[in-house]
Amino acid sequence: MNVKLCLLLIFLPWAAVAQGFSGLGSQADGFAVPAPNPQFDFPADHAAHPDYRIEWWYLTANLQDAAGQAYGLQWTLFRTALAPGDEVGWGSPQVWFAHAAVTTPHRHFATERFARGGIGQAGVQAAPFRAWIDEWSLAGPNFDHLTVQAQGPDFAYDMQLTAQGPLVFHGQQGFSVKSAQGQASYYYSQPFFDIAGQLVLPDGPVQVTGQAWLDREWSSQPLADSQTGWDWFSLAFDSGDKMMGFQLRDTRGGTFSSATWITADGTTTPFVDGAFVADPLDSHTVAGRDVPVRWRVQLPAKGVDVTVQALNPDAWMDLSIPYWEGPVLVDGSHTGQGYLEMTGYD
Amino acid sequence: MMGMCLRALMSHWRRNGAQVLALVAGLAMATALWCGVQAINAEARASYDAAAGVLGEGQFDQLVPRDGDRIALADYVALRRAGWQVSPMVDHREGSVRIIGIDPLTAPPGLGGVLALSGPGQGVTARARAGVFVHPRTRDSLQVQLPVTADPAVPPGIAIGDIQAVQRLAGDDHLSRLIVLPTQPLRQGELQKVAPTLLLLKARQTADIAQLTDSFHLNLTAFGLLSFVVGLFIVHSTIGLAFEQRRSMVRTLRSLGVPLATVLGAMAAEMAAFALVGGGLGVALGYLIAAALLPDVAATLDGLYGAQVSGALQIRPQWWASGLALAVGGTAVAMAGHMIQTARMPLLASARPRAWVMASARQAQVRVGLGLALMAAAGLLAARGQGLMAGFALLGCMLVGGALLFPILAGWGVAWASARSKSAMAAWFWADTRQQLPGLSLALMALLLAVSANVGVATMVSSFRVTFVDFLDQRLAADLYVQVDTAQQSAALDQYLQTRGAEVLPLARTEASLAGQRVEVWGIRVGQTYRDNWVFLDATDRAWDTVQAGQGVILNEQLARRQNLWVGSTLRLTGLPTLPVLAVVGDYGNPNGQVIVGEGLFHSAFPNTPALQFGARTATPSALAADLIRDLGIDENAMVDQAALKGLSLDIFERTFLVTGALNVLTLGVAGFAMLMSLLTLADLRLPQLAPVWAMGQTRRCLGGLELGRALVLAVAVFLCALPLGLGLAWVLLSVVNVAAFGWKLPMFLFWDEYARLALYTVLAAALAALWPVRRLMSLPPATLVKVFSNER
Repeated sequence: MNVKLCLLLIFLPWAAVAQGFSGLGSQADGFAVPAPNPQFDFPADHAAHPDYRIEWWYLTANLQDAAGQAYGLQWTLFRTALAPGDEVGWGSPQVWFAHAAVTTPHRHFATERFARGGIGQAGVQAAPFRAWIDEWSLAGPNFDHLTVQAQGPDFAYDMQLTAQGPLVFHGQQGFSVKSAQGQASYYYSQPFFDIAGQLVLPDGPVQVTGQAWLDREWSSQPLADSQTGWDWFSLAFDSGDKMMGFQLRDTRGGTFSSATWITADGTTTPFVDGAFVADPLDSHTVAGRDVPVRWRVQLPAKGVDVTVQALNPDAWMDLSIPYWEGPVLVDGSHTGQGYLEMTGYD
Repeated sequence: MMGMCLRALMSHWRRNGAQVLALVAGLAMATALWCGVQAINAEARASYDAAAGVLGEGQFDQLVPRDGDRIALADYVALRRAGWQVSPMVDHREGSVRIIGIDPLTAPPGLGGVLALSGPGQGVTARARAGVFVHPRTRDSLQVQLPVTADPAVPPGIAIGDIQAVQRLAGDDHLSRLIVLPTQPLRQGELQKVAPTLLLLKARQTADIAQLTDSFHLNLTAFGLLSFVVGLFIVHSTIGLAFEQRRSMVRTLRSLGVPLATVLGAMAAEMAAFALVGGGLGVALGYLIAAALLPDVAATLDGLYGAQVSGALQIRPQWWASGLALAVGGTAVAMAGHMIQTARMPLLASARPRAWVMASARQAQVRVGLGLALMAAAGLLAARGQGLMAGFALLGCMLVGGALLFPILAGWGVAWASARSKSAMAAWFWADTRQQLPGLSLALMALLLAVSANVGVATMVSSFRVTFVDFLDQRLAADLYVQVDTAQQSAALDQYLQTRGAEVLPLARTEASLAGQRVEVWGIRVGQTYRDNWVFLDATDRAWDTVQAGQGVILNEQLARRQNLWVGSTLRLTGLPTLPVLAVVGDYGNPNGQVIVGEGLFHSAFPNTPALQFGARTATPSALAADLIRDLGIDENAMVDQAALKGLSLDIFERTFLVTGALNVLTLGVAGFAMLMSLLTLADLRLPQLAPVWAMGQTRRCLGGLELGRALVLAVAVFLCALPLGLGLAWVLLSVVNVAAFGWKLPMFLFWDEYARLALYTVLAAALAALWPVRRLMSLPPATLVKVFSNER
């Protein structure tokens, strides 16, 4: 530990890893807490909610180039607050950070950014929609037409996004319960983006197209103290149906699961704890950790019994907060593709 | 049985307390010196990193305002939004304390990163967030309205805090500078367009100084190793004595049925225990030595980085572990030969102690043979050897070879003196000296090594200082340095300075490639400053005139060595005509090759490259700087007054002198101790030689005087041999090891007054070592001397 790290910890309380994955299980002291039956107000709710402790704008995409080669792309902006509310200047309690990644079958590029709130280095505004940190941005005239860009020392991307369907709301109309004790978040997605654009990789630029999924979530204490991490799946089946499912693991080896079934027209069916089951089949050692990279995923109520396999098992996000995130291929009762995020594998 | 065996072996040490003392003290002193040097090196390196890490100066490129000392927040945000990975810093001063505000979220890894906190989680409080971190010693001198968290890892004199807290303290919302992170993204906006009011300063060229200090540390390490070898000589002789004296005991033990393996095992265990105890004491002692010397080293860093650095010593495993390992390994080496002898000793051979001190003629022959072989190897290595390992091997061969040959040389000297002695007393004195030589030889070798190491290090350090001073004079000759951006400014500045009557030293530089390697080409205006200050390693006559006329080039040593281009060769470089090499100049610490040509030639070869750096000779640099700001609008940050920088740099070497001076005294102390131990051992064995002389009428006082005289004569002999050996050592360090390690050669200078002082120390050490045995001899009861005759065999 050093002074810089110490100062960093002051700003990033979730990095203190006291409880839960990255401290997400902290108490909600002073922060607003999600309540059932939310009434969303768009476009205002696309912007930041500084009275809540944490929030994210989370984009993942499955891409293909002209030769049929598969790629994965991630762009995530996180907001975390030291205290509720905001102010102008260095004294703002809002802290922003962002992750960007591109995954190929054999390479994985990931980079991150940090910014203090209150000085204009990062932020989100609702209309016209604009989320930015440094030179990275996710922006457009509205939430259905966006461009996204990010870059690191060895990769970059510029993509256009066009929504082909409505927003979908998880849990009870967007109130997503995360534990038996009732911890919850507000959670909605835009899973119907067509995406096209250019990846800049060390071997040169690549034109790609595909499907993208944007998650919006905010809360103040989404995890219970005993929960240590999660496995989150967003799967797009060739049938046109989509499924979001996650399980939160606890210290005693138990899980709490939740899922949303999304038909091609955007109709959703939420599933409570226990309906969605994910069992690891194979693990892979990456960055010194054993991470499950092949899963059996079941949602019996919808006849789903599939094997989910990582496109690149080495898609480790070796960043300040390390985790696994990458594109997956789906086979079994349904075929398709999607994204998998796994946290808390230490 | 093992226990019994051990007890029997230990009884020897009980009866010979002096030997225990010699063994443990020898090991401890050897280890102490090694550890002390290592600790200083480790601490100094960590301190360089700490200083650089805290301030981010020298380590990172920086953006500073062209005018004044403030950067607007908007400029910072604009740069970040244009893809520039920069991190803001605020500099503030409260009294004597420099307060640095950083943004921990964007600060580069390593900035302030070497500062360890005492425990995880400490300070993660709102109090800490709003406050600053300081060294406990600085705490009292910092009077601020902020929570202050004391942390010994923060260098003294500095406080670190969050940018917001420091801004609040300064009562101002400005930023002082922006650190440019080493890793930047693929695409970013042009600095001129994004933040035209900012100036990009390349990381300060501390690489030069870092390399100089690296070289210094390397040499210091070699010195530490030599000290260790000196200490091992003591250990070796003590162990040898103990083994010899215990021959009869071993024979008895084995006759009683103790297996050889048990005896050997017990001996090994006993020696390991000694090594650990001696080594442990040595580590502790080394810590004390380093702790005593470190404040000087820390003070030098103050000058080097303008930052105070903690003088507190940390116990780092790299030095104490290496010290202990050396102690155990050294003991094992010293013991190995004797163990083999013990193993081979015939069980029923006579138990009469073979007087170990009277080495057989055959042993002496072997020693001479080995010494000659090592010297030959040294010669071969000096002529043919390449690389760092060869350099160190050369060092080892030369020293050990020299030490082995010393008793023979001394023997010749004594024989020569003996042949010329007129009186019977003198004849006896020389004969007796000759008789004693084998017994004293190990101690004398240790003294020889210590003195030559000291001669070598004194030469090295002093040469180093002279070189460094010259180098600074040469490179920082001008009083004020000014940087401009455009050809227009360049012309205006040149004219302005000339009208001021100052000697103007414009410097135009460009890059070229020679044999695939980057080479800097400098165009200079040849003037008196260069003629007076630049020291060539080799040069033709009238080199400066020829350079001025555009008829030749000067190369730096790095390029000359790399391309094997020396005076008389010709240089073919794209863009320049083929020109002869006129001179080679020492360029310490610079990794790049450099070609220096006259201003006229440079501008005709590279017409689009104006001189952007100017040096000006002036008696009043600050007044000139103020005029330049007023009259030409030169940025304040684009000017450097070099006098202060130079003064600080020189200060460093004065202080390192104190450090090496102290080390000198310590090694001589170790060698003196070795001599004392040998003399004490010999004193008892020598009674049969002294008693007849006493019986013939010489007083004990006179005998004592002769003993003292002998020690002095031998010390002088040691010094006479050590001087050339030490100079050879210095030559290897400066011309072989340094070239292999860093690609440049430090010129060697001789410092006779330094050597004279060392000669005095050597004689003093020998005299002190002889004093106790001599006193003992003088006060020997006559009965003891008489007994010699009754016991005569």
